[in-house]
Amino acid sequence: MSTVTEQLSTRHLLGIKDLTANDIQLILDTAQNFKDVLNRPIKKVPSLRDITIANVFFENSTRTRLSFELAEKRLSADIINFAASSSSVSKGETLIDTVNNILAMKVDMVVMRHPYAGAGVFLSKHVDAQIVNAGDGAHEHPTQALLDSFSIRDRLGDVAGKKVAIIGDITHSRVALSNILCLQKQGAEVMVCGPTTLIPKYITSLGVKVEHDLRRALNWCDVANMLRIQLERQDIAYFPSLREYTMLYGLNKEILDSLDKEIVIMHPGPINRGVEITSDVADSKHSIILDQVENGVAVRMAVLYLLAGQRG
Amino acid sequence: MKQSILLDGPKFQITIRRLCQQLIENHSDFSNAVLIGIQPRGTFLAERIARELKEMTGLDVPAGILDITFYRDDFRMKGTSPILANSTQIDFIVEDKAVILVDDVLWTGRTIRSAMDAIQAFGRPLKIELLVLVDRRFSRQIPIQPDYIGIQVDSIDSQKVIVSWEEADGGDSIELITDKK
Repeated sequence: MSTVTEQLSTRHLLGIKDLTANDIQLILDTAQNFKDVLNRPIKKVPSLRDITIANVFFENSTRTRLSFELAEKRLSADIINFAASSSSVSKGETLIDTVNNILAMKVDMVVMRHPYAGAGVFLSKHVDAQIVNAGDGAHEHPTQALLDSFSIRDRLGDVAGKKVAIIGDITHSRVALSNILCLQKQGAEVMVCGPTTLIPKYITSLGVKVEHDLRRALNWCDVANMLRIQLERQDIAYFPSLREYTMLYGLNKEILDSLDKEIVIMHPGPINRGVEITSDVADSKHSIILDQVENGVAVRMAVLYLLAGQRG
Repeated sequence: MKQSILLDGPKFQITIRRLCQQLIENHSDFSNAVLIGIQPRGTFLAERIARELKEMTGLDVPAGILDITFYRDDFRMKGTSPILANSTQIDFIVEDKAVILVDDVLWTGRTIRSAMDAIQAFGRPLKIELLVLVDRRFSRQIPIQPDYIGIQVDSIDSQKVIVSWEEADGGDSIELITDKK
């Protein structure tokens, strides 16, 4: 048999930072196969039937949690869900204790979202399970970046050589950092655009372009990834008012129509309609926002499948 | 390493044509039959069979390809896993059809078990038949037997049977490879 065997270079998925270009390629190619599976009448495969996965969410989530849960179910894994808000965490239990108690029930993998950057890395050093980072503070959100790249590839054929503008609140966004790293590793050009106060001072050290004018950014790019203003993470006022932000950085049909080309519009969700993006743009044919959600399940299946493949 | 050719040249072609004739005998006008080649190497045989059937009967028998990677029962057992998946392409309905699974070599039977599992995800076929070019007799690990057989080979586990194809490898042949230590 001439079956090709390949595997990821990492045992956990903590961030895009740890992945090689080959890892990303492998994940996206495998995700394409899972996308085919998801279009069948029976969307379930038995690959992970002997694996138990805990979804541990210390922070609110709709899309990511549902997407992971569906991906796990479609791979036939057993799953348990844990939300910090309804748990013993409020009684003073530490992160390691909480997770070790979950692992004592014979759990193989942990999908974790946490409000603090580095929580996944910390956990991976102290517990004996494979960790998938589902977002850690303002640090990384690797599966979001992977599904964004997958969606770009799906729409435009390739990521390499494409120009992607990430627009909005860069400082508080884990999606931004993971996307920058993921796109660059695949040979895309990245620009960040937003008010000076919402762009980290040393972001240029990552090799990205910085632009403060929305129109110029849109004219430059093939793909615009609109980010949400993360009011819940902003401890001080970074701009005078939401209305002013919308006037300067909100994407509306008028600006989009005035460009001399068609660009692809993305958004990681949740959308604040009328703030960073208007409804007519979010629901237009340029927008692939719902494709991103659809592709998310296939990409997460690929990640879990490939990580599970490393268990001897 | 010792290589011995089991089949090549005109005899290879005769074998393919015989398989086609057996299919015609059982399915006559192929109104309800579909061919599905199993990835990675069964696809060549399925394409060849479809082409020969077209030549012999003038009929276009639908032919698809099926990848069974995600349905395997040995995922994570080979030490070098995971196994990279191939593509699947089935552009027709299998519900209530006579599905003819096509693979080059039948050995332990586990691939076919996975394929039967995988095909259910597309619908419930009326029946499933199995066509193989090479049947490695007496090496089955599960009770699966082919309906159409090109040639039967007696081999031991350490030997390999390799089928080469004109379109992929530059020539049609079946070889038995023995590793001499």
